[in-house]
Amino acid sequence: MTTGNWFCLLLFPLILTILAYPIGVYMAKVFSGGKTFLTPIVAPVERFLYRLFTVDPNEDMPWKTYTLCLVLLNVIGIAVLFLLQLIQGWLPFNPQKFGAVRWDTALNTAISFGTNTNWQAYSGEQTMSYLTQMLGLTVQNFISAAIGIVAVIAVIRGFIRKSAAAIGNFWVDLTRCVLYVLLPLVVIMSFVLVSQGVVQTLSPSITAKTLEGKQQVIAVGPVASQVAIKQIGTNGGGFFNVNSAHPFENPTPLTDFLEVLGLLLIAAALPFTLGAMLKNRRQGFAIFAAMMILYLAGLGIFTWTEMRGSPLLEKAGVVSGMNMEGKEARFGVVNSVLFAQSTTVTSCGAVNSMHDSLLPLSGMVLLFNMAIGEVIFGGVGTGLIGMLSYAILTMFLAGLMIGRTPEFMGKKLELPEMVMVVVIIITPAILQLILSSVAVSTPAGIASLGNAGPHGLSEIIYAFASASGNNGSAFAGLNANTVFYNLTTSLAMLIGRFSTIIPALAIAGTLAGKKIVPASVATFPTASLLFTFMLIAVIIVVGALTFFPVFTLGPLLEHLLLAIGKTF
Amino acid sequence: MLQLKRSILVFMGLSIICGLIYPLGITAVSQAVFPRQSNASIVKNGDIVIGSQLIGQHYTRPEYFHGRPSAIDPPYDASNSTGSNLAPSNAKLLDQVKGRIELVRQENGLPLNRPIPADLVLTSASGLDPHISVDAATLQAPRIAGQRKISRSAVQEIVYQNTEKPFLGIWGSERVNVLQLNIALEQINVQQ
Repeated sequence: MTTGNWFCLLLFPLILTILAYPIGVYMAKVFSGGKTFLTPIVAPVERFLYRLFTVDPNEDMPWKTYTLCLVLLNVIGIAVLFLLQLIQGWLPFNPQKFGAVRWDTALNTAISFGTNTNWQAYSGEQTMSYLTQMLGLTVQNFISAAIGIVAVIAVIRGFIRKSAAAIGNFWVDLTRCVLYVLLPLVVIMSFVLVSQGVVQTLSPSITAKTLEGKQQVIAVGPVASQVAIKQIGTNGGGFFNVNSAHPFENPTPLTDFLEVLGLLLIAAALPFTLGAMLKNRRQGFAIFAAMMILYLAGLGIFTWTEMRGSPLLEKAGVVSGMNMEGKEARFGVVNSVLFAQSTTVTSCGAVNSMHDSLLPLSGMVLLFNMAIGEVIFGGVGTGLIGMLSYAILTMFLAGLMIGRTPEFMGKKLELPEMVMVVVIIITPAILQLILSSVAVSTPAGIASLGNAGPHGLSEIIYAFASASGNNGSAFAGLNANTVFYNLTTSLAMLIGRFSTIIPALAIAGTLAGKKIVPASVATFPTASLLFTFMLIAVIIVVGALTFFPVFTLGPLLEHLLLAIGKTF
Repeated sequence: MLQLKRSILVFMGLSIICGLIYPLGITAVSQAVFPRQSNASIVKNGDIVIGSQLIGQHYTRPEYFHGRPSAIDPPYDASNSTGSNLAPSNAKLLDQVKGRIELVRQENGLPLNRPIPADLVLTSASGLDPHISVDAATLQAPRIAGQRKISRSAVQEIVYQNTEKPFLGIWGSERVNVLQLNIALEQINVQQ
């Protein structure tokens, strides 16, 4: 590693922390209805929209109404996106004259973007018209991200409200999230991306005559506006097939820096939003610290495993066996690692390298990040929901140890909360293991494999971990654009998404109805280092117990076989 | 029913804002402020479009710098993009790499035990990588100098002049743009 690489790995987490804090506090203001520096410009638009939407901004909703609105909006979005792909051939902004998307691909894509997964079974530049990219995919990038964020805001309100029947107004939260948080960030991001060479045009593909006289057709499109939101909203659905590895999505190291920062920013800011809304900033730091420690630990292991290179490549005559397969020269190994680690701890799923070609142990780090439920920062909103679920589980265990009713942030944790937390934590895990076993035992599941041996198993587990965790990145050697995978991953994405958000809102509802128990000497202090480490321990134990067996058969076995020179 | 009506209205409103006003607005401003960048950073020779500065091209002739292997079929077809997605334990990957290493050694007259820079024999993520490492370019300098009957130092000088550094010295890798190198080579010949 160069000195530059070391500085990069050490400075980046620092920059992230410094930027996440003020944005977290800003979001707390936005969702508490307070004035911000944008209020003078945005408030008139906001008021106009409420009139248009026939929304009464003063209405306060019980959790069931809040959930109903969320699900309705999500379902309408998925249905419209599905239809849009089927009729894109007759609509404008389609200079490449793409016809209807195949039904199973269209269904998969609609669910994928509606659930903030952005798993892409299709190749963007060869399938989707510009209109579908903008009016279909970009819109869902905004809405699905906003839905995740407002869901966690509702949960936070559950903790701060006392004996309350309502948890906020979904339409107001959603509108404010788009207008005050997402749009300002993505507009700035878009322009910086374009200035670096990310294309933004409605013109058709360009035909060039190369230096050697060959013809080269170059796909273009309204790329920057899509890339900006797919990073900021941890969506991850790229314009092009190879996502942020494509030189038109991520042309320079500067854009790469912004894209990694962008995909982590809101997710890393939300713990501080929690702290600010609770008026207990130390609590925000305690949760942020747990996330950051797990992030850095994974990053360290990942950098080490990938920088070691491949023994087989070294033997074949590659300098230090450096694994540049599936990586871009402008990023090199270290910045490919940083992107991959960041995109799998969050539920982003954008990639700047091909994860399928990573060394086995590196792939295992990514699988672990997704399998534990993407709680290390995590998806915007859903990540903190997952982390709070682990926190509630931690307090439950701590309560058992000392024989007291568990409490968290002043709220008693009882049966309904614990049931919901178990649903949130266990469902994605069970889902991915069951669907993986279906895939490995059916011919349709096996037929799509791009690599044989233990790596084939890793490809399948990765697909379902990614889908049920709503991540969207892939071991892309697996041909996922088949009816079997389109339908099974759709199922995983839907269940994965709603088994997180709906129980979370239910918790918000029951918590909001409770009194706040004043802290006493016997209260376990949760804004502490001890809590942070207990939380980390619970996450690792749950994750390790659930996934160790299957990791042994996939990446660990491949690693050992690679060391003795066995290939498939 | 009230909430259903609202969800339809909100969906339509946000679709117009986020799906039309936002991307079309960004397009309009970008076209005005960054016309070159927003239109694919096109490189022209007179009126002929040679390519995009950001998109790699497939070079096979010995007098040009060669880029990275591309997993797209045909290589560097920029209407598409893909990596190989071959696992490190895939026998096909190793066969391909061994074949490419042999070819690079042969083309450049290198000894059989000379290790080759990774980026020159392993496929990129996009299949369109416009760059190679400085080592990979330097390795090709003698071949190009011989073919073009110019001095090695002149070729090496082109490599140094076109070296792009990591952002702030820490983000990304040192690299050279292959199209830019090859255009610079053509200009030397014109000058002579």
